[in-house]
Amino acid sequence: MALLSKKDSKLILDPLTDNNPITIQVLGICSALAITAELKASIVMAISVLFVLGLGNVVISLMRNIIPSKIRIIVQLVVVATLVIIVDQVLKAFAYELSKTLSVFVGLIITNCIIMGRFEAFALGNGPWRSFLDGVGNAAGYGIILVIVGFFRELFGSGTLLGFKVLGDPIEKTGIYAIGYENNGFMLLSPMALIVVGIIIWVQRSRNKALIED
Amino acid sequence: MEKRTEKNSYTILFAIGMVIVVGSLLAFAASALKPNIDENKRLEKQQNILYAMGINENDESSANFVSTEDAPQLFDQYIKKQLIIEGDKVTEDNQAYLIDVKKEQANAKAGLERRLPLFIGEREGKTYYIAPIYGKGLWDAIWAYIAMDKDMVIQGAYFDHKGETPGLGANIKERFFMDDFIGEHLKSNGEFKGVDVAKGNADPKNENKTDNEVDAIAGATITGNGVSAMIKSDLKLYVPYFENLKNN
Repeated sequence: MALLSKKDSKLILDPLTDNNPITIQVLGICSALAITAELKASIVMAISVLFVLGLGNVVISLMRNIIPSKIRIIVQLVVVATLVIIVDQVLKAFAYELSKTLSVFVGLIITNCIIMGRFEAFALGNGPWRSFLDGVGNAAGYGIILVIVGFFRELFGSGTLLGFKVLGDPIEKTGIYAIGYENNGFMLLSPMALIVVGIIIWVQRSRNKALIED
Repeated sequence: MEKRTEKNSYTILFAIGMVIVVGSLLAFAASALKPNIDENKRLEKQQNILYAMGINENDESSANFVSTEDAPQLFDQYIKKQLIIEGDKVTEDNQAYLIDVKKEQANAKAGLERRLPLFIGEREGKTYYIAPIYGKGLWDAIWAYIAMDKDMVIQGAYFDHKGETPGLGANIKERFFMDDFIGEHLKSNGEFKGVDVAKGNADPKNENKTDNEVDAIAGATITGNGVSAMIKSDLKLYVPYFENLKNN
């Protein structure tokens, strides 16, 4: 990454692995649980959060010297809510189809703890460019986990990926279903998202002992 | 000395200023974009109605509307009549598709006469009677356009929702669910019965079209119940019209 200094690229790369918002900081679990029943929804959510967190971090960072600390949380909430609503309205006016796919995520983006967490922990103390990188990095780290969880839940729960029947047809009994395989309906229920996230955390920590807390 | 941004007066002024800025920003965005949004919603209604009577660009497994550019022209071409049914009175109105079913439901509750829109389409010599219905899913509103023939046998259906759970309740707008309704009888032995979204359906391939049942979606019980409920309550209101149709 010649474009970015070593310190800056660390801002982007760290949240992808050793400081991942979901698996290490355990933030944003609520939305990871709600929308990962299918891969497409996970991807859409990841992109939406990327946009809102990147932009929101910049806005908060620009305002960081004038925000009264007593009401900073409210200010942060207002900024993220405003951004999300404006994005939603613009999409409804110019990309109606896309906005219908997104509709249910709008509320979930506002309540995403990662966004408030990054505003509070990073954007309030750093310049706009570094805040932008931090926002993009954290959103990407969040997105990766979402996509992984969505992949497994859709594959084992519905036997499809992005809507394509990759394992055959469960009713017509073709493909892998011909030999007696059944979809696991449990995977579609929210608690299974937590179990999948748990397995990811387990794998990650067993590969990197430095992450284990006692 | 206390920092300037920590003073109470500054905090209050900042809050007021922020509310004004954000409020006017949102108000501006909403009113500037409203015409576009309304136009999109109008075109979507036309697309939905056309979809229900089988005019769409479906491929093997996904549901696709006709394009927004073509929708108005196709709508004029295929929808022969738009009716408003008020009790025994039936009037023609080519803006009937703009009727807000949700508002009419609220009116009916308040004791006013409910206006029932009905669209009559013709395609390849077949006549379709398309009715919009509106109900409640798990989280928010669900609605549908149901195309029937004169015997109240479903010829096509389009379901949509505001905020059902992706992968579960949201699947009511997927082909595998909507297509199940095609051919289902709404009546049983001459009585209006509706179509149940049934768990433990003995007929998952949906070969029996007269059982007044389609297969439910796993994990979406309440959304499914909402679908059966709105079919029962809203389509029932059209029964007198269809009885008249038969008798005349």
